[in-house]
Amino acid sequence: MAVHKGRGFACINYPIGMNLGGDPSQALVHSTPDGKFKVTLSSIDLGQGIKSVGRQIAAETLGIPIEDVYVDTADSDTGPHDMGSFASRGTHRMGNAIIRAASEARAQMLEAAAEKLEVDASDLTTDGKGNIHVKNVPSRSITVEETAQAAQFEQGRTLAGRGIFLVPLSGVDADTGEMTPVSCFAHAALIIDVEVDDETGEVEVLQINSAYEVGRALNPKLVEQQLIGGAWMGVSHALYETTEPYYPDRSHGPQDFNTYLMPGPGEIAPHHISILERPAPDAPFGGKGPGEMCANPVLPAVANAVYNAVGVRCDSLPITPEKVLRGIRANGGARPGGRA
Amino acid sequence: MSKTPVTFRLNGEDAAAFADPGSNLLDFLRRAVGDLSPKYGCGQGTCGACTVLIDGEPHLSCITLAETVTGREVRTAGGLANGPILDRLQEAFIDKFAAQCGYCTPGMLMAATALLDKNANPSRQDVIDAIGGNICRCTGYEPIVDAILEASRNTRGAA
Repeated sequence: MAVHKGRGFACINYPIGMNLGGDPSQALVHSTPDGKFKVTLSSIDLGQGIKSVGRQIAAETLGIPIEDVYVDTADSDTGPHDMGSFASRGTHRMGNAIIRAASEARAQMLEAAAEKLEVDASDLTTDGKGNIHVKNVPSRSITVEETAQAAQFEQGRTLAGRGIFLVPLSGVDADTGEMTPVSCFAHAALIIDVEVDDETGEVEVLQINSAYEVGRALNPKLVEQQLIGGAWMGVSHALYETTEPYYPDRSHGPQDFNTYLMPGPGEIAPHHISILERPAPDAPFGGKGPGEMCANPVLPAVANAVYNAVGVRCDSLPITPEKVLRGIRANGGARPGGRA
Repeated sequence: MSKTPVTFRLNGEDAAAFADPGSNLLDFLRRAVGDLSPKYGCGQGTCGACTVLIDGEPHLSCITLAETVTGREVRTAGGLANGPILDRLQEAFIDKFAAQCGYCTPGMLMAATALLDKNANPSRQDVIDAIGGNICRCTGYEPIVDAILEASRNTRGAA
């Protein structure tokens, strides 16, 4: 009886969003009388950070301080239509919609400022600090707040914009079978080191070394946070979680958090991440979506590491001690390195 | 059946409300008292989202009878901040990005408060043990452990 070390590798191409009849997102942007801007979305932020990233994208596009942007989410009664927060599509789809809406609002803002400054709107630019000025003549300027007030109380003008981003349905070519289901791929590769106890069948993840290619990390701390947490969830799916442990037999299923297994703070594995940036041409400022991709490659890498450790090829998840022990027994003993 | 008046201390102040017969502390705090900081997760004492402190000890408020806090000191995440000034643990959770969806955060904060009140210099294992009854789905726990350790260092620095 011994504990065997194993190492597994996996890599993935991860498509951003989905393509079942088209995949649109919409955004609305409008200014308040004091020159703040509100972004209205119907997709929710369930912790992945679209409120923060959407705010960055809107502020960058409008050319105003990030503190002056508020992102309102999660009310499909009052917000424009959105397919939703899933498929790692938030940054890519909603981000693009926000860029379009904010660009329209920016154009109106510059028109209103141009009227006040008695110049052509095309001669104006923003300084990102709340001012609009004539290009190369910073002294001829007006604040965004004054512009918003002039627009609404003198000019009868809205500073608002509508944006939609649609990845249209891609039909299948009848002759070749070709289609273009997605426009944007993210990538990941990781190496996982495990220890497998051939007496108990338990698998312990020792460390994860990964590289994730996310287009551009629009908010590096949020990206890192999501990758760390998501990879942990991948470990959880690989080794612990199932609602149907003896499927199709429905008995012995977990009833609650006491019997639904998940790793806890005692099972933290060190995770070293390299974030690679290859900006995507159709992505907002190049940013793809790190959402689901953080968990996906973990599962095959763990399965490969278990094979490498004891020579057991598990083809169903999760890889429980029971499955590992049955595999070892069927092989007539552990086969370190996968050797026969 | 008649409601029971419960008088107790909540986050350092006198509090009183009527508890429905047999109601649990979580429902009582949220509905009768109006403190929405303890969260309803599983409702059966297995996830830790509802953790509050009673006389300094962490308790799962969803499986604690409301009436049992009569005359006792209850602390919730809603009482951690002093006006706009956040508690050191809250600051550290922000600094270490220890929340994503945030639903487990109030329970984590209270479990950590109980730990740091008793042990100003916890080891990493002490922290892991202290939050062992609290489930988090988003973070993978490491940022939370890091945040609690950072808060303990800041507490020592201020003392």
